[in-house]
Amino acid sequence: MDEALVLSRAECEDIVQRALTLSKADACRINIGASYQTNLRFADNQMSTSGISDDASITISSVFGKKRASVTTNDTSPDGLARAVAQSEALAKLSPDDPELMPELGAQTYASIPAWFDSTANLSAEDRAKAALTALEPARKAKDLTVAGFIDCSANATAIGTSAGLFAYHRSTGANYTLTVRTNDGTGSGWVGGDENDFSRIDFAGIATRAIDKARASRNPQAIEPGRYTVIFEPQAVSDLIGSVRGAMNARSAEEGRSPFSVRGPNGNGTKLGERIMDTRVTLVTDPADPQILGSPFDGEGMPTGRQVWVENGVLKQLAYSRFWAARKGVQPNSGGGGGFGGGGGGGLKMLGGDSTLDAMIQGTERAVLVTRLWYLRVVDGRTLVYTGLTRDGTFLVENGKVARSIKNFRFNDSPLFLLNNLEAVGPSVRVAEGGSVVPALKARDFSFTSLSDAV
Amino acid sequence: MTTRRDFLATTGLAASALTLAARRADAAGTRSPILTANTEPDPQVKVLLLEALTAAKLAGASWADARIQRQRRQNIGTREQQVTNVSDTDTIGCGVRVIVDGTWGFSATRSLTKEGVARAAQRAVSLAKANRVARERLVRLAPTEVHPNATWKSGYTIDPWSIPVEEKVALLFAANAEAMKVKNIRFVNSNLSFVKEERSYANSEGSMITQDVVRSWVTMSCTAVSDDRTETATRGPEVVQPMGRGWEYVLENDIVKNATVWAEQAREKLTARPVDVGRWDLILHPSQLFLTIHESIAHPTELDRAMGYEANYAGTSFIAPPDNVLGKLRLGPDMLTIRGNRSEKDGLATIGYDDDGVKPDEFDIIRNGIFWDYQTTREQAEWLRPWYEKNGMPVRSHGCAYAQSWSDVAFQRMPNVSIVPDQQVDRSLDDMVAATDKGIVMIGRSSYSIDQQRYNAQFGAQVCYEVKGGKIVGQLRDVAYVMRTPDFWNSVDLLGGKSSYELGGTFNDGKGQPGQSNAVSHGCPPVRFKNINVINTGRQL
Repeated sequence: MDEALVLSRAECEDIVQRALTLSKADACRINIGASYQTNLRFADNQMSTSGISDDASITISSVFGKKRASVTTNDTSPDGLARAVAQSEALAKLSPDDPELMPELGAQTYASIPAWFDSTANLSAEDRAKAALTALEPARKAKDLTVAGFIDCSANATAIGTSAGLFAYHRSTGANYTLTVRTNDGTGSGWVGGDENDFSRIDFAGIATRAIDKARASRNPQAIEPGRYTVIFEPQAVSDLIGSVRGAMNARSAEEGRSPFSVRGPNGNGTKLGERIMDTRVTLVTDPADPQILGSPFDGEGMPTGRQVWVENGVLKQLAYSRFWAARKGVQPNSGGGGGFGGGGGGGLKMLGGDSTLDAMIQGTERAVLVTRLWYLRVVDGRTLVYTGLTRDGTFLVENGKVARSIKNFRFNDSPLFLLNNLEAVGPSVRVAEGGSVVPALKARDFSFTSLSDAV
Repeated sequence: MTTRRDFLATTGLAASALTLAARRADAAGTRSPILTANTEPDPQVKVLLLEALTAAKLAGASWADARIQRQRRQNIGTREQQVTNVSDTDTIGCGVRVIVDGTWGFSATRSLTKEGVARAAQRAVSLAKANRVARERLVRLAPTEVHPNATWKSGYTIDPWSIPVEEKVALLFAANAEAMKVKNIRFVNSNLSFVKEERSYANSEGSMITQDVVRSWVTMSCTAVSDDRTETATRGPEVVQPMGRGWEYVLENDIVKNATVWAEQAREKLTARPVDVGRWDLILHPSQLFLTIHESIAHPTELDRAMGYEANYAGTSFIAPPDNVLGKLRLGPDMLTIRGNRSEKDGLATIGYDDDGVKPDEFDIIRNGIFWDYQTTREQAEWLRPWYEKNGMPVRSHGCAYAQSWSDVAFQRMPNVSIVPDQQVDRSLDDMVAATDKGIVMIGRSSYSIDQQRYNAQFGAQVCYEVKGGKIVGQLRDVAYVMRTPDFWNSVDLLGGKSSYELGGTFNDGKGQPGQSNAVSHGCPPVRFKNINVINTGRQL
């Protein structure tokens, strides 16, 4: 494919100019998103489905006084744009005042983030089929294995313009591969994934080898008693659990007394800002320019998304302030965009890594549960950020410095805040395939497994 | 309902001052409710669908279908007396699916011109051709009737887009104000979501189908904070079940009147007794149980899951392989029958024709406690041919093909999956409480999680009442039950009757790669489960 398949900077500028010319509102924002997505799915050692889709959408947000509404359309023709502008104005006029409405942003300065790779954008259907064969062929040959996988690539463009003079444009590519290998006796399952902006950096054959090894090693799991265990989480499992910390960073919820970062009780009227809330080895940042992240340089309101340090050496350094809440509290907004981190802007969460390797963690451990990844996480108590969920696709017992055997999957009820307080070792940070985080493998004590699952 | 004129305006196939005026009136919400469905497919849409099919055939497809789908969404969000969001989304495009030498290909485009849809068809064919190297088994579709001029409309009477935004916001504000009057209620959020889809479908066998679907959901959450700020408790946000209905359904639910009830329940929860860990008899209200049906019965009886097609994402199924479980696996007592359908009144998965062009049927999934059949598409029905032939059943799809939008490929999604209530005794929830010595009534869905083969699940609820000696004695908090699916369903010992039957559902059931959302309902009476493992989820930081 070529660049023309997503909207170019010039095309986006043209759309913004046309919309602003049509706009009769006091203020107007135009958000544009365009994507060209290609995918291939295989399962049961077969091709399953594959697809290509192209789309582009324009969101017009119109403001009259304190009234605001937005309309989204994927009709980018002049008439489609005119209708969307008119419709958003009609909706805005009907809406009640929003006392929290903030003025649109004027021109900003953005970092240039090189997130576009031709190796991903120019991929052919044959390239994807060839990549799928790196798993299908060994599985068919082996006779004891069944594979299911998904290759998902995209080329994307986003742009924002406002009546106050802001214009921003960014384009990126993404390549994601996940592979599950199951043993035909139904007792083993292994999962490995990779996520890059640059397709050529995904090691398809290596992923197949690791997933096959994991599937075979996980056969015939034995039950051990639920309870508190030292755990060694591979990076994907870490991301699955601590990714949720992002959403809990909202300053307003904390200050309103309904977040784990609120100070509770009769004298509690503030937040835990400045307090040590995690192990001193924990530093959590967002940084779209980080080469491991390559996120967007702006959020949905057009705010620049620079490097933000949320937790530093275990101390809560910042909460996420939307522009409104920041103005009310007299602080700088930090790419809040209305909730959690960044309104879609700043890319994934990064936990800075340590110097322990996964192998070293295993070797230095008397007894622990080694977890590949977690599944179906849901919060059970927002006050403590306790989540429930299950282990999946490779759960092992480590004994006396070795992976001793495959064990049955567990359900857990535990909080990322507890996990990040109970650290024993921290590995190097890597970008995981699901969730967009860059996190290390971790060893932590006293993780609460509450029941056994028969699922493989 | 969008008229042909609106449709053309949106697609850019034709435009005039008249169409623009019509759209503006629509935006202002001054259009009258539409009470009738389209009688036939829009001629312009038909031209494009046929163009796509022709292009697919010319490029080498042995079979093809094409869908042009317009989807509108509206979301209105409030907190207390503030609007947090008013947004309206409108998307339209064409998806073309082909089979070439027994291999699937799919491509979708927003370019609704003859050239655009033809290019999408050609891309789909080239994908299928490229993928032949990776397939072993050929795709075969079970036979189905041809529906050359079919139409269908969901059971709504007032199009939500005909109601001005100010009227919708006023309703939410009025409900929020009522909730805030209740002592200790500090925060209220409420939200209205509407979906409207116009689905036009054609396949190379000659079907041409037009459908009009509306879904509505109103949510509200009331959060109470204790006087000493040590406790918070929330009721909601799923206090009213979403349905395949229109604005009239929102009004019927009278959220202004009910807001006080929900707020009081949140306030009472502040002082609820923490649950004692152990075995309890559970009486699960339909607003809670629907999600347990969804997760533990409906998902594992999707045939693609059972065959490993979801192994890399949603997971596989404990109800597998088919040969070992069909007609053999016991999943409940004789009184338990669970059916799949896409015809249930107001159900979210209710539809006239699925995205394979099949008119769905009603089918037993669990018949008198025994697993009997899977959810299927045309491709999948062939996989069960031996079972159907052995039992004298037709080899046909149950009509479970679905794509969330024009840009997504159709695959197997859940129909409404519902429990048949007690046919002999019209037992109420109150009757069931009276018949229970030590139990918990659980209302409203809360935290929910289940493993990837659907064995081990943990479910909470928004409101839990303790039952002692046949009476409700107060609320409990931090309650969740943990279960192993086959044991759980075999512990059923009492079903509510027909009058106690209700639908629960969601707009957002995820499955597939790339992920797609499906709207689905599950109907059931209250059901009692004996001797279930209950944990206490409360912890301290």
